[in-house]
Amino acid sequence: MARRDTHIDWLMIVLYLFIVFFGWMNVYAASQMESNGEFFSLSTSYGRQLLWIGISLAAAFGIMFFNSYFFSAFAYPIYGLALLFLGGVLIVGQAVAGSKSWFVITESLKFQPSEFGKFATALVMAKFMGEKSFSFGGPGSTLFHFFDLPVKLSREGFFALALFFVPAALILLENDTGSTIAFAALFLVFYREGFTGLVLVYALLAVVLLISTVLVDKFIIIAVVLGIAALLALLLRRSRGLMALAILSGVVFSGYVYGTDYLINNVLQKHQRDRILVLVGKVKDPKGVEYNVNQSKIAIGSGGLVGKGYLEGTQTRYRFVPKQYTDFIFSAVGEEWGFLGASLLILAYIGLLSRIVLNAERQKSRFSRIYGYGVASILFAHITINIGMCIGLVPTIGIPLPMFSYGGSSLFSFTILIFTFIKLDSKRSAILS
Amino acid sequence: MNESENKKWIFIGMFAFVGIAFLAKLSVLQIFDPTYKQIANANAIRKLTQYPARGYILDRNGEVLVYNEVSYDLMVVPAELGAPLDTMALCGLADIDIADFRKNLQNIQDQVKARKLGKSTPSPVVKQMSKLEVATLEERMYEFPAFFLQPRILRRYPKPIAANILGYISEVDDKKLKEDPYYRPGDYIGNTGIEKSYEEVLRGKKGVKNIFVDNKGNPHGSYMNGQYDTASVAGQNLTSTLDILIQEYGEKLMAHKKGAIVAIEPESGEILAMVTAPSYDPNLLVGRGIRKNYGKLVMDHNLPLFNRAIMDGYPPGSTFKLLNAAIGLQLGVLTPATRYPCGGGFRVGGHVVGCHSHPGPPDLLFSIQTSCNSYYCAAFRDIVNHGRNTEEGYITWRKYITAFGLGTNFPDSDIPNVKSGLVPQTTFYDKWYGRGKWKPTTIISLGIGQGELKVNALQLANMTAALANGGWWITPHLGKKVDNESIRLFKRNETGINPEYIGIVKEGMQRVMTGGTGRGAQIPGVTSGGKTGTAQNPHGEDHSVFVCFAPADKPKIAVAVLVENAGFGATWAGPIASLMIEKYLFREVKRPDLEKRIMEGVLIKPDPASPTIKPSQL
Repeated sequence: MARRDTHIDWLMIVLYLFIVFFGWMNVYAASQMESNGEFFSLSTSYGRQLLWIGISLAAAFGIMFFNSYFFSAFAYPIYGLALLFLGGVLIVGQAVAGSKSWFVITESLKFQPSEFGKFATALVMAKFMGEKSFSFGGPGSTLFHFFDLPVKLSREGFFALALFFVPAALILLENDTGSTIAFAALFLVFYREGFTGLVLVYALLAVVLLISTVLVDKFIIIAVVLGIAALLALLLRRSRGLMALAILSGVVFSGYVYGTDYLINNVLQKHQRDRILVLVGKVKDPKGVEYNVNQSKIAIGSGGLVGKGYLEGTQTRYRFVPKQYTDFIFSAVGEEWGFLGASLLILAYIGLLSRIVLNAERQKSRFSRIYGYGVASILFAHITINIGMCIGLVPTIGIPLPMFSYGGSSLFSFTILIFTFIKLDSKRSAILS
Repeated sequence: MNESENKKWIFIGMFAFVGIAFLAKLSVLQIFDPTYKQIANANAIRKLTQYPARGYILDRNGEVLVYNEVSYDLMVVPAELGAPLDTMALCGLADIDIADFRKNLQNIQDQVKARKLGKSTPSPVVKQMSKLEVATLEERMYEFPAFFLQPRILRRYPKPIAANILGYISEVDDKKLKEDPYYRPGDYIGNTGIEKSYEEVLRGKKGVKNIFVDNKGNPHGSYMNGQYDTASVAGQNLTSTLDILIQEYGEKLMAHKKGAIVAIEPESGEILAMVTAPSYDPNLLVGRGIRKNYGKLVMDHNLPLFNRAIMDGYPPGSTFKLLNAAIGLQLGVLTPATRYPCGGGFRVGGHVVGCHSHPGPPDLLFSIQTSCNSYYCAAFRDIVNHGRNTEEGYITWRKYITAFGLGTNFPDSDIPNVKSGLVPQTTFYDKWYGRGKWKPTTIISLGIGQGELKVNALQLANMTAALANGGWWITPHLGKKVDNESIRLFKRNETGINPEYIGIVKEGMQRVMTGGTGRGAQIPGVTSGGKTGTAQNPHGEDHSVFVCFAPADKPKIAVAVLVENAGFGATWAGPIASLMIEKYLFREVKRPDLEKRIMEGVLIKPDPASPTIKPSQL
């Protein structure tokens, strides 16, 4: 590590450390009933988590001594290894809670290849798209014309998408909604690198429409969708292509809305369907389907403005929130630290995400920039889904809160993910590629 | 800054949007909606009821009639029923009926499934096992983690007596739960007898302890250092008026007989003994055996669960003549010198009320002494005719009769469920014969205590106490003291008869004992007054009745004895009353032969399947 050209962004490290240690405090609060008197016993969850924090910090420190070209140079081998793991887990992995997404080494040592897959795919996307010549739609990349609109996708653009979709398909086969969505967030990186934002708009629309069909009669929705499409077509009448696109979109989304019954009843699995129904309030079953979310909301709601005080939360201390120290850890924050503590944590996360994006944009290296966006996208998906689930804004999806939830392999993966970027960022002035 | 670089603001905008959405939702959950705080408390704080010890019941001399023993309920926490349960082993350790156990456990699990019962709420599977029964199980409870033993209070009776008078406690029923918010399902409440009438004194006051519980319902220390807890207050001890010595003695005398004895201290109205026979061991209606034993007792054709001392009763027979004599004197219809002819009977139309042979015609004292039927038929006729008309005359007569407590259920007494019996109103006869169409001679049997009259042993004993007092009585009762505080709730009642006239009747009663029908019931060493009676029984052998008080000059005890199907009053009821008084006044009985004859006399056919008391058990 040559000091001369190293500029470590301490703000990212401070935010990381704050989240990790605040997280550990809350894991301790949520699992203190396991205590057998020995504070640092590995038989307790918080004891093991502390060990993992040590391991992760050591790894983070180690990464800072790596040659920053390592990641760029080894992106493809790492990606290949990840594909091997993702394929392997489908064959030899053990099902945990219905998802075949874990290599179980021992009871307390499990490895989820999708964590590694996200890191590897972020790297390989950065590597591939980091080539100076890369563009989704360069000259000669026009595939066909949609009326007056050229539809462009370059060869390298196609390969870039393939690098994303191959691991995505493998993760989808694991039948783990959380991992799939977290991985899918990497698609945001394509948008930053010039892929059309229409895809994201359409994906968002699909989710919004799916949830609204549960709430409103679907013929009303179809009428609204067609109305908006007609209005857009009218406004965009100067381009026949845009007009046609608006009309086509309207028709396709109407069909989608009409078919949501089929989607909800046949494509979604029962627990996924139930979770959506609970979210929109169509199912009231506080002791059944709704139980986890309800208990989480009760714990958070009872925290009030300033919280009940550290280790004073009755819901946390007496384990009323199932899976609290893993997926529902945010409820411990809400109860014991109140609105102020929960807001502080949210601000820390938003601050870290924004800092990563801003830092990414100042990279001279395209590789570093694209990788930074990959990191931010993955974290963003995790944070949105996890906290959203804990406060009842998002259906229940099992996914950890980054660096905060109990779980060694998750903490370790996020540490590698983030510190790789911190390392790359620290060399921003040295790397010219 | 190119177009791509501007996209960072779209990303940061997304982050900010999500952050703001979270803060908005959090502010609703944590600041604006108060319901979550209440639900959180309901989750984590459990109110534990602290059950106070129930008060003891003592006899008038402080001897224990009812005390408490710890019993155990085997509780189950359905949420913790995980691994296969070794039902055989569990039941074997405490001698639990396996079929019952399976049925109860299934029932609890069904309720949990139907969400009527919390998964973590402990529920009783087997109730009220004694310390002895759970001794082996207790040591091995750790083998059955879903179960625990909950101590509760069990009533115990050192002597198997006074079952119907003391009453029993049982789980409170739905009706009471609705009426009285003090009770919660599963609480115990006094069901009959003293347990019922002194429920509020004996039960004490429940306390509440607020504790933290976890998601499985395990306790974790007190809430706010017990700031909101209330301590339970132990029930107060009740000293009853019963004298355990004669209560037990009376039950022995009444063994193998049907009937009742009531003994009252005249000057206080305190009931010294209330015996109903046949009876049962009160320890039978306690704990696990209650259902089985209750069933057997209910089926017994001799009705051991029935308190014969306070039931609707029988005609009082000749004991009633005492009141007619007193009323006649009070109204001026009779004087001590009044004589009525007796030619072996009293003629009404073609009908004759027979009389036994005695020298005649008798005067008032001699009429009591010999129990002359003709005399009291004539006297009753004249008493009723003393009014301006039959109706008015009858009403006046009835007023005096009820002033002695007959035909009333002593509403201010502490004895629950006393029946009024029957001293007919005029409307009764109006309905029967038509208004104005009945005359004293129509209802002449009232003169000698027969006919429609119905009285019970309590009323007869009270009547005797009123005579012994010289014309007044205190409402008969069973409660004497609550802890050390005397109960002074019971009022003095006047009969309206001049004490002088009562004195004449008492004189007659003494003659009954010295030279009349009660000679066989004389008590050695003390003068007494009494009267025999025989209640006509259309269904079989007549009932034997005897009333008595002693000592004659300063009465300490008044007794009424009623023995069913025992014939003439002097044969069974008289000696029983006599022995009771002797036992009470002298604390011992010096007539072993008489005692033996009475105790061994069998006048009923016992039910072999019923757990009623054999004399040897007393």
